[in-house]
Amino acid sequence: MAKKVGMEVSVAVGEAVKLANADVIAAYPITPQTHIVEHLAELVADGELDAAYIPVESEHSAMSACLGSAATGARTFTATAGQGLELMHEVLYVASSMRLPMVMTVANRALSSPLSVWGDHSDVMAVRDTGWIQIFTENGQEVVDNVFCAFRIAEDQKVLLPVMVHLDGFHLSHVIEPIVFPEQSVVDKFLPPNKYPLPLHPDKPVTMGDFAPPITYPEAKWAQEVNLRASKEVILRIWSEFGKALGRHYSPVESYKTEDAKVLLLTMGSFSETAMTVIDKLRGEGRKVGVVRLRLWRPFPFEEFRQAVKDAETLIVVDRALSFGGPGGPVCSEVRSALYGEAKKPKVVSFVAGLGGRDITPAGFETIINKGIEISQKGSENEFEIFGVRD
Amino acid sequence: MTKPEGELTWKDLEIGAIVTEPGNAAQYKTGDWRSQRPTYDFTKCIECGLCQIYCPEGCIWQNEDGYFEADMFYCKGCGICARECPTRVITMVVEEE
Repeated sequence: MAKKVGMEVSVAVGEAVKLANADVIAAYPITPQTHIVEHLAELVADGELDAAYIPVESEHSAMSACLGSAATGARTFTATAGQGLELMHEVLYVASSMRLPMVMTVANRALSSPLSVWGDHSDVMAVRDTGWIQIFTENGQEVVDNVFCAFRIAEDQKVLLPVMVHLDGFHLSHVIEPIVFPEQSVVDKFLPPNKYPLPLHPDKPVTMGDFAPPITYPEAKWAQEVNLRASKEVILRIWSEFGKALGRHYSPVESYKTEDAKVLLLTMGSFSETAMTVIDKLRGEGRKVGVVRLRLWRPFPFEEFRQAVKDAETLIVVDRALSFGGPGGPVCSEVRSALYGEAKKPKVVSFVAGLGGRDITPAGFETIINKGIEISQKGSENEFEIFGVRD
Repeated sequence: MTKPEGELTWKDLEIGAIVTEPGNAAQYKTGDWRSQRPTYDFTKCIECGLCQIYCPEGCIWQNEDGYFEADMFYCKGCGICARECPTRVITMVVEEE
């Protein structure tokens, strides 16, 4: 029987990694991700998880150790946040380019300076183009479920890519939530052993990450792009299988009360739950509003996204990161690009809010919705609106 | 390699562009980089082998007559052999000449 327990979400991630039978964990502690790897270190030290735990001197080394581990065909896990993710940056490209399956949970955190340990999506957006599959989660159950799905996706023979599972720092990583854990046998059935097809082995030597002159580099990059885009079909299939096996369903773009909605809010991560409570309130007042939540960030689910917003008049995008000197929040920028060629599309309004752990309260979302509607009707001189900054 | 590099399509590459043929870097013609090539006056050669020791490409070998000569498939034309040769056997000439 699956059991429901109250548990800190970071600890629950550790438990999920244990149930997923990870072989190697290489990690460096950084707030607000520390409890994840701390719990895993305990599980390994206590003999509850038969894995190699590699303590390293930095996140750059953590990701580098993960490359080596994944290259041998070991089931590989790490976790990081904020500055740690940025320190991994160059190695992230290597992991995806060499097609090495691994899973990393990222407890999303703001970037220095000023120093902030609190949550926003600045760290994610800076690694947007690293070629990893990226999944956003809203609550503890979704993180746990998607750790299982992420291993399955990463190790699928048609995918063979690293996967990031994003959970908001503190707002999600440090809260205690009721979480249902599946039985080990259920996880084992859903997640067969990793069978990486070209592992490092002395009997059959291979060269990974070798030199490519201009005559072959573009072919290598295009192969990577085609593969990442094609992974969406596998992700859909695996989420569907997970839904059938465990009764919880995930999709690349998730809609809440969007039927007949004229105004849509687009959110990512745990703040979506606050947004949904605001939608409940506004629906109670008879207003035709809904929320679209982007769960799959990479590969970007173009079709599903266009389908989800096509009937709306106004789409208000709430970014938790700032693209300095750019067209607005990074998510909104992509959303505008995805809709540009569409004949029928909503007016898109860009908000940047919730930086460095600043809450967006229900009242805040209501203000964003009202102001967004006003901007979509009257227009604005600004590329985007910054919300909640004292003027 | 099954095909010359210039004919490989993106579909021909292994996952992650992994190389499954050990040592196939030997098939890479670094001689293409050359703008100058070494020429030899073996009448001056004392067969000391200094050119071989200094060659950064490791592509200088003794020929059948015992003289040292660069393998032009790999020679990048750096000219270090010519500079180090104590008896001035080697003269670098522009590749087109």
